Amino acid sequence: MNRKSFTKRLITAPYTVWMAIFVLVPIALVVYYALTDADGHFTAGNVTAIVDYAKTFGISVELALISTAICLLMAYPLAYAIARMNTRRQSTMIMLVMLPMWMNFLIRTYAWIAILADKGLINAFLQSIGLDGFKMIGTRGAVVLGMVYNFLPYMILPIYTVLTKIEQSTIEAAQDLGASRAQVFRRVLLPMSVPGIISGITMVFVPAVSTFVISKLLGAGKTYLIGDIIENYFLGNTGTVNYNIGASLSLVLMLMILISMAIMNHFDKDESAGGMI
Amino acid sequence: MKVLSKAYNFLIFAFLYAPIAVMIFFSFNSTKSFRRFGGFSLRWYTELFHDQVILKSLYISLAVAALSAIIATLIGTLASVGIHSMRGAKKRAYLAVNNIPVTNPDIVTAISMMVLFVFFVTRMNGMEMGFGTLLISHITFNIPYVVLSVLPKLRGLNDNIFEAAQDLGCPPAKSFLKVVVPQISQGIVTGFIMAFTLSLDDFVISYFNSGSTAQTLPVTIYSMTKRPYSPKINALSTLLFVAVMVLLLIVNLRRSGEGKKEAKH
Repeated sequence: MNRKSFTKRLITAPYTVWMAIFVLVPIALVVYYALTDADGHFTAGNVTAIVDYAKTFGISVELALISTAICLLMAYPLAYAIARMNTRRQSTMIMLVMLPMWMNFLIRTYAWIAILADKGLINAFLQSIGLDGFKMIGTRGAVVLGMVYNFLPYMILPIYTVLTKIEQSTIEAAQDLGASRAQVFRRVLLPMSVPGIISGITMVFVPAVSTFVISKLLGAGKTYLIGDIIENYFLGNTGTVNYNIGASLSLVLMLMILISMAIMNHFDKDESAGGMI
Repeated sequence: MKVLSKAYNFLIFAFLYAPIAVMIFFSFNSTKSFRRFGGFSLRWYTELFHDQVILKSLYISLAVAALSAIIATLIGTLASVGIHSMRGAKKRAYLAVNNIPVTNPDIVTAISMMVLFVFFVTRMNGMEMGFGTLLISHITFNIPYVVLSVLPKLRGLNDNIFEAAQDLGCPPAKSFLKVVVPQISQGIVTGFIMAFTLSLDDFVISYFNSGSTAQTLPVTIYSMTKRPYSPKINALSTLLFVAVMVLLLIVNLRRSGEGKKEAKH
């Protein structure tokens, strides 16, 4: 018996050691850097310095929330339509949704520059029909577009998955009992798809709020997000390197996401419990 | 209503594929313009295959994806068996740690590992960021996905068969390979494929942890986007897109072929 439990411990050992060194120690180091100054003395200065970035945090959260909402509105009808198709067409459609995700997101974002640039395709088209072109690259709208474009499949897939689990007979039962289209949606479909919506929201919001590439490429350096600031403090491409402030900003970002996910999960449990009654 | 729904679906797919179509179209452009089509040419494809920087980074991407997926699959599969047999608080703790790289934003995972490497690299002479740190960072974010795809397969497995095999005199390593692995092979393969593709697609973690000597393809593409525009990116993307499409088609054809075979039996 002892030999067997020893074997079990042995097979987990590489994992335990690896995760301790490369996951837990790094996070401890981030906390350490966040709470010390350049000389290694304890300070709360980095944490209070975050106040200077409250506005950047605000913009990041705002743009990520707008993108998440647009993704949800765009994805739900499509996911519903796909879930109601026959099995063969369903798998083709889902493959079509996933195919762009297989292309690196840098390339996909880069392609939008060609379309939105001052001398890009949209402006060329507008000018050819005699209208004035307008500036798109470098605006917040372009950044939101980049987020929606890149993360839309992450919203479609989980919603589609929960919707396929709802039997057609459940909807028919509601209709037989006199529910209108709107009622079926609000009282049956929506409550039953909450788990999918929640994971969709998380899968879009987290990468959107922490991105620095989309804002760099489509925001043309004018729309600074919290990811850009963190990147700068660690790599110093356009400023001074400061691990301490960078670490405290990362820590706040991490905590913010953890808290919002905890709230979401709580909401999920409440809703699905309510939906069952 | 039906027509409306069809039109809506079409619009969403048009949105998803518009940039890809533009990219493929202009990869055959004879001029450098991303606006006017000067005529058909394969100029950018030939230039692409003569670009040593791109070829080297493609090689590094494939190498790091293969190596990290293999190592992560080994560590993750073994650990899944151990985690599966754990109970209570210990199991919850392991699962919580496993979830950290999955739930954390990429940039936080990336900088936390970079801080670790810098912390130790500056204290150990002669070590620097490069292929080693790149590989370690990829293995680290791959392991949790292997665990997450193997664990559910273990749930359907009788807990005692690993021990039963040993009671019957089979050495632990052999009983693991002969008894446990065949039953969870589907989860292991899924985990491996996931690890490989995540690694191939990753930009953020490589960007912070590769140093200047071991840049992956996405890192190279990123540095190309900062310089004056080069249509070589279009040619490269087109090739990658076609490769993925062919791969998916083969997988799907094989799957539907298997489906037909099963239907016959």
